Amino acid sequence: MNPLLKVTGLTRMYGARVGCKDVSFELWPGEVMGIVGESGSGKTTLLSCLSARLEPTSGTVAYDTREDGLTDIYAMGEPRRRMLMRTDWGIVHQNPRDGLRMGVSAGANVGERLMAVGARHYGSIRAQADEWLRKVEIDGERIDDLPLTFSGGMLQRLQIARNLVTHPRLVFMDEPTGGLDVSVQARLLDLLRRLVTDLGLAAIVVTHDLAVARLLAHRLMVMRRGEVVESGLTDQVLDDPHHPYTQLLVSSVLQP
Amino acid sequence: MTAMIRVEALSKTYVLHTQGGVAIPAFAGADLTVAAGDCVTLHGPSGAGKSTLLRCLYGNCKPDSGAIRVRHDGAHVDIATAPPRVVLEVRKRTMGYVSQFLRAIPRVPALDVVAEPLRALGVPAEAARGRAGELLARLRIPERLWHLAPATFSGGEQQRVNIARGFAARHPILLLDEPTASLDAGNRAVVIDLIGEAKAEGTALVGVFHDDEVREAVSTRIHTMQG
Amino acid sequence: MTSAQGYNFAYLDEQTKRMIRRAILKAVAIPGYQVPFGSREMPLPYGWGTGGIQVTAAVIGPADTLKVIDQGADDTTNAVSIRRFFARTAGVATTERTADATVIQTRHRIPETPLAEGQILVYQVPIPEPLRWLEPRETETRKMHALADYGAMHVKLYEDIARFGRIATTYDYPVLVNGRYLMRPSPIPKFDNPKMHMNPALQLFGAGREKRIYAVPPYTDVKSLDFEDHPFEVQKWDEACAICGSTDSFLDEVVTDDKGGRMYVCSDTDHCTSRQIRREAAE
Repeated sequence: MNPLLKVTGLTRMYGARVGCKDVSFELWPGEVMGIVGESGSGKTTLLSCLSARLEPTSGTVAYDTREDGLTDIYAMGEPRRRMLMRTDWGIVHQNPRDGLRMGVSAGANVGERLMAVGARHYGSIRAQADEWLRKVEIDGERIDDLPLTFSGGMLQRLQIARNLVTHPRLVFMDEPTGGLDVSVQARLLDLLRRLVTDLGLAAIVVTHDLAVARLLAHRLMVMRRGEVVESGLTDQVLDDPHHPYTQLLVSSVLQP
Repeated sequence: MTAMIRVEALSKTYVLHTQGGVAIPAFAGADLTVAAGDCVTLHGPSGAGKSTLLRCLYGNCKPDSGAIRVRHDGAHVDIATAPPRVVLEVRKRTMGYVSQFLRAIPRVPALDVVAEPLRALGVPAEAARGRAGELLARLRIPERLWHLAPATFSGGEQQRVNIARGFAARHPILLLDEPTASLDAGNRAVVIDLIGEAKAEGTALVGVFHDDEVREAVSTRIHTMQG
Repeated sequence: MTSAQGYNFAYLDEQTKRMIRRAILKAVAIPGYQVPFGSREMPLPYGWGTGGIQVTAAVIGPADTLKVIDQGADDTTNAVSIRRFFARTAGVATTERTADATVIQTRHRIPETPLAEGQILVYQVPIPEPLRWLEPRETETRKMHALADYGAMHVKLYEDIARFGRIATTYDYPVLVNGRYLMRPSPIPKFDNPKMHMNPALQLFGAGREKRIYAVPPYTDVKSLDFEDHPFEVQKWDEACAICGSTDSFLDEVVTDDKGGRMYVCSDTDHCTSRQIRREAAE
């Protein structure tokens, strides 16, 4: 059996500046990997390279496609990459407005991916949109409302529904709870945990919040200045940190 | 007699970089074998590395050298070097752990916290919650608390939720770190019974028990650590 | 054949006409695909049919007969002006009868009379990009066309049904050409969409301000977008034309007095007149 994602020597430079350097790992179906680090650590660069949005300077990102097995995502043509991003993958942006169409109803936002892959039955599209809104705990009554009228937490949940409607196997998340109130964060994390387990999703979650990482991720990669300084089982990395930087991170977390 | 756990020449030293790189040895060259039905107590003074060894067995701590062979799916898995997903599989199906402190996930009710290991094994919600309820009842957690999140419980109540969760799935291996520390005599007795039943079912147990009474009641063997 | 005022035949110079013809050839080769072209400064402002005029100027020849309609009528200001423009600069024969024309320039309608092989229909287009409402970036819409990434277009139709219970678009209704490119047919009523399908005539579309030309070659598959459970439907009237009695042409509603009086007449004046003549002849 193949890993879902196989990354080898991934490097992205910005001129002479290091974005991320020499990152290698394998991600298996159903695994959630957290990438933690502070600002400037390269975690967002890494996520962009992994999710086909930023071409690396060197190294490969291979995804286990349904038809051809492990395929270098930057070697496949743009049409195929787009298809992948629309069906097998999901991308949850930190700011939900980046991942939604604000001028179009909630139901249309969720149904768009279905229509993009050929769904042509209005009734069935609407029914699926309704089902997904309920799964992310948005009141079904809001299906025809514009996202402009939604709160931050609702927008984030709508973004998640929009991504999951095509049953992706891999979801990339960038600070999914950033900017949300604490109670809203808790609710969202609950939802993400349940969905990941129920749907057997693999995910790569970038976060600077170690508590979020502990809650969501099975594995952790700690990044500093573009390099992975430590990686392993989440609770092991957080409870028994080895690298000096990891120890610094863990000891810096405030306990309320 | 199949060894459920075999620890070979295990060593662990903490290096605290935030304190100028001071090295604190936990233990060195530990050897240990645990068979089905055994209850091995790790015994020694404070700082002897007992909790650390237990956490190493669970994969929560990374040793510097040596091996931890755990019997899983009819073969042996070396926890010290296994990839994360393998360790998670072992934890899901073979090895349970009752930690010293309950790390409560916010908003999840106590009943579901206890039922979770069973749900992870695919047991339907009804049955899982049923078993969870039995254990909570035995550990004398009143039913009115079952639907509340344990974050607001007392230390002793939290510990009992923790214990219930550890025993819920009837794993072939169970690790217990000071399970009775915050409990009164009555509840200690329940824990002793639970351990006894587990032993009878062939569970391999490794534990740290400070309480003399509990230690004497449950141990089949004492493994002394120097510190 | 240059006109008295010193203009080249049909106003545009030969090199410009060649450039436009090259664009037209590309457009015909890829049905429904928007070909960029060097739109020229014309003696009327953008929004008045400069695209259509440039296409007509590029294809019209001395032996052609030109008909110009605006909302179906030959006698409105714009139709009259454009027809006179070509009469002056190209000296071509003009007509109001669809059947007698070889080139027909139209704003916002397709003639009721079925077209024949050898005829050319030139449409005036304001906004050629069907995805513009959803995606303002040109770079992105070009990619969407290149990758046939058209799910978003159905989003608009979905929104209509969610809001109004039916697809509310009644003109400039998007179509899929030759099973490949999504196209905007210009603001013709959806009533006219079926006429584009398998039409024996050549259909050319010119957008002067947006600088795009596209085409539907003769006998091409043109399908209006819809949902399986909300299929495409044309408009219907309860009334018949007050002048010729037609029950199957597109009717304009004309308000006749301040008391709410109204009558319905054919939008296509030639069609209405022809029917009238035939009716009178029959009596």
